[in-house]
Amino acid sequence: MNALEIKKYFPILDQEVNGHPLVYLDNAATSQKPVQVIEALDKYYREYNSNVHRGVHTLGNRATDAYEGARDKVRKFIHAKAREEIVFTRGTTTALNTIAQSYGRANVNEGDEIVITYMEHHSNIIPWQQLAKEKGAVLKYLPLQENGSVLLEDAREMITEKTKIVSIMMVSNVLGTINPIKEIAEIAHQKGAVMVVDGAQTAPHMKIDVQDLNCDFLAFSGHKMCGPTGIGVMYGKKEHLEKMEPIEFGGEMIDFVGLYDSTWKELPWKFEGGTPIIAGAIGLGAAIDFLEEIGLDEIEQYEHRLADYAMEKMSTIEGMTIYGPLAGEKRAGLVTFNLGDVHPHDVATVLDAEGIAVRAGHHCAQPLMKWLNCSATARASFYVYNSEEDIDRLVQGLVKTKEYFSDVF
Amino acid sequence: MSFNNLDQLYRQVIMDHYKNPRNKGQLDEGSLTIDMNNPTCGDRIHLTMDVEDGKVSEAKFEGEGCSISMASASMMTQAIKGKEIETALKMSKIFSDMMQGNDYPNDLDLGDIEALQGVAKFPARIKCATLAWKAMEKGLSEQE
Repeated sequence: MNALEIKKYFPILDQEVNGHPLVYLDNAATSQKPVQVIEALDKYYREYNSNVHRGVHTLGNRATDAYEGARDKVRKFIHAKAREEIVFTRGTTTALNTIAQSYGRANVNEGDEIVITYMEHHSNIIPWQQLAKEKGAVLKYLPLQENGSVLLEDAREMITEKTKIVSIMMVSNVLGTINPIKEIAEIAHQKGAVMVVDGAQTAPHMKIDVQDLNCDFLAFSGHKMCGPTGIGVMYGKKEHLEKMEPIEFGGEMIDFVGLYDSTWKELPWKFEGGTPIIAGAIGLGAAIDFLEEIGLDEIEQYEHRLADYAMEKMSTIEGMTIYGPLAGEKRAGLVTFNLGDVHPHDVATVLDAEGIAVRAGHHCAQPLMKWLNCSATARASFYVYNSEEDIDRLVQGLVKTKEYFSDVF
Repeated sequence: MSFNNLDQLYRQVIMDHYKNPRNKGQLDEGSLTIDMNNPTCGDRIHLTMDVEDGKVSEAKFEGEGCSISMASASMMTQAIKGKEIETALKMSKIFSDMMQGNDYPNDLDLGDIEALQGVAKFPARIKCATLAWKAMEKGLSEQE
């Protein structure tokens, strides 16, 4: 894999910010888009924009073929058994909320348990909080180890016969931890619970095989994996989706509409009420083509190497605290840190003045910040177009940040 | 080290307030208490104020946040102590205008606060600077 060659496909990266060449290290928030994706969107709007699944005109057919073709690409991308199991949503958040409101409402009752972890993103906490409150169910948090990992023995203990849903992120957006989803899914199934996977930080960076993981649901977003914003995926095993009720009603999702009663279309369309996210799905399809051309295994290995390199270089800076997996342990391509007493916002502002974009704040994971005992952290997250040179720039920027604040202090 | 642009943001007086915050702490129970946070970044302020005869007789703050938010809180408490509620609220309005880069009347002595002018050039940091002021405004406008 040649990151510098790949970078050429991303026009946005070829610019100066505050007088310095841009180094974009906020990929866990959203990735940049290659020309292949931008052109796919452009082509759709210029050449065959039409509504799908209706009308008999030529453009409508082309749009339908492209939209449904994107669904086939997603099926192959996550190795799902059937295309009916792929539902397009607005993003990970909508997918998780749909699972909670449809499957959750129908299957979770008073006294039942929902098990998540301390490291979850708000989008994989609040839908379950709301469901638990509504149903009188119990929301349980799997504890974390010092290195940010979850222990299987804790999972075995906390997931009980009362547990109906286990919902866990596969890769942490803060710690970079990679969770043992397959093993946890097995524990959940032994107790009769379903396994929901938040794959927002996984789909962009490594191969996902839902059949091998044997998860019941998977949610992810297009915009973190080179695709457009506003498109995401809810995967569900057919046996679950068939029994689930839609949570949005209207056009597109109906079969027969009477005055007082209606019936729904078959899967997956019963979950796609209203004019679907046509351009978004087509853009996501183009993003999948782009990532598969590079190879997901290649991407994963490359990002591990980048993360190792970043860990090595960053830990030489005095006063640096790095969260999550320890040096030498497997971590996804991101490093969350604090630089001595300098507040992460101040770190991010100085880095920005150097043309380096990082995230600062609580990363939509307030319970995790509480566990880490800090109100905010800074995060550098990498993608296919980042190189060791970018990390060198980051390290130089951090050294400057430290010097700058030691001057003013 | 020279970062001309950054030096406009991190003025010495700001860093001094950050390092040595004035009026840090909290007043006894029964004081006017406002908790506010900035949900997008995690900054948080706990502001307590005593009001006597229409004046802010005492103000203290506790909180977590970046240099700009904490320095701004320190400066704000310093500025409003002993001021009439009306004056304090007017200062808040002036501060808001300053942050938005608007013209503001100069009939009030803003003291250290003028050092925060540079924040207006860093749009991402304006919310940090205004947090404490919003908390004060919320507390005092209920007293009017």
